[in-house]
Amino acid sequence: MAWNLNSDRPIYAQILEVIQIRIIAGVYKPGEKIPSVRELAAEAGVNPNTMQKALTELERSRLVMSVRTSGRMVTEDMEMIRQTREHLAREQVQEFINRMKKLGFSRAEVLKLLEQEEGHE
Amino acid sequence: MSELVQIHNLTKVYNKKKMALDHMNLVIPRGRIIGLLGPNGSGKTTLIKLISGLLVPTEGEVLINGNKPGAVTKAQISYLPERTYFQSNMKVKELIDYFADFYGDFSRERAKELLRNLNIDEQARLKTLSKGTKEKVQLIMVMSRNAQLFLLDEPIAGVDPAARDYILRTIITNYNSNATILISTHLISDIENILDEVIFIRDGRMILQDTVENIRGQKGKSVDAYFREVFVC
Repeated sequence: MAWNLNSDRPIYAQILEVIQIRIIAGVYKPGEKIPSVRELAAEAGVNPNTMQKALTELERSRLVMSVRTSGRMVTEDMEMIRQTREHLAREQVQEFINRMKKLGFSRAEVLKLLEQEEGHE
Repeated sequence: MSELVQIHNLTKVYNKKKMALDHMNLVIPRGRIIGLLGPNGSGKTTLIKLISGLLVPTEGEVLINGNKPGAVTKAQISYLPERTYFQSNMKVKELIDYFADFYGDFSRERAKELLRNLNIDEQARLKTLSKGTKEKVQLIMVMSRNAQLFLLDEPIAGVDPAARDYILRTIITNYNSNATILISTHLISDIENILDEVIFIRDGRMILQDTVENIRGQKGKSVDAYFREVFVC
């Protein structure tokens, strides 16, 4: 998952999301160390203070833990990872529904479309 | 510890008629990457030259670590001018010696490593290099010092986008977290993500100083888009 930062949302919220998705997708595995602030900042092309802020937020939500003298590691609490996954999915669905509303679709129409789309896969 | 740079009532008048800076007040903190943004002729270069001590104020003062610009502050500031000033028959290698001679905080190792990564030959004479490569060499020299304040006047204007990315990454990975980098530029969208704060100036006055995240959060748009709105022509 590349960083692909867009221009209109706060950068910190976007990098937070990328790291969450990496954890959910197992790029950073439970109990494993994640790269340092500097490394992540350089990779994403963002200010180290912004990256620090995103990691602090992840620590606050306990998805990552800081390990004395050796950086940060991903939580081993699988339930927490599962919850984060669910939370991100709900956000995506909400956003999708809002956009469909703007296009004038009713709930029933949206569901029908989704079913049709499933049939194509 | 006091703030890194304090600017009080700073005014610069050229030829008794052109007011380039108009009673500007500004505080520049430590440990930040700050964008100095404003339209052409707004006073960006004048401000940078006053901080570096190349110009003398008409009125007001600049203090760096509590000192007026002079020998002490020049040892703490690494300045990249908008134009190159190197002698064109010098070799890149000689330039390294020159900088090492001049500045006690210059790191030969860092300069050599950066030159190598950008495939710049140390044996080449400056006059044989393209405009963009010359700019890269100059930026490498300036960023290879271990200064407290880096003043970069239009550092990436003539450099291709790939090298630009490399240079920005270099700035992110190399800068000391107590140092501050002040970057003046028009290419906002290219550097926006690496900035902590921006300072907008117009007609020699500071009109905004805020963090990039605040601007994005409050205005719902990038600093680049906001700049275009504030300075619409």
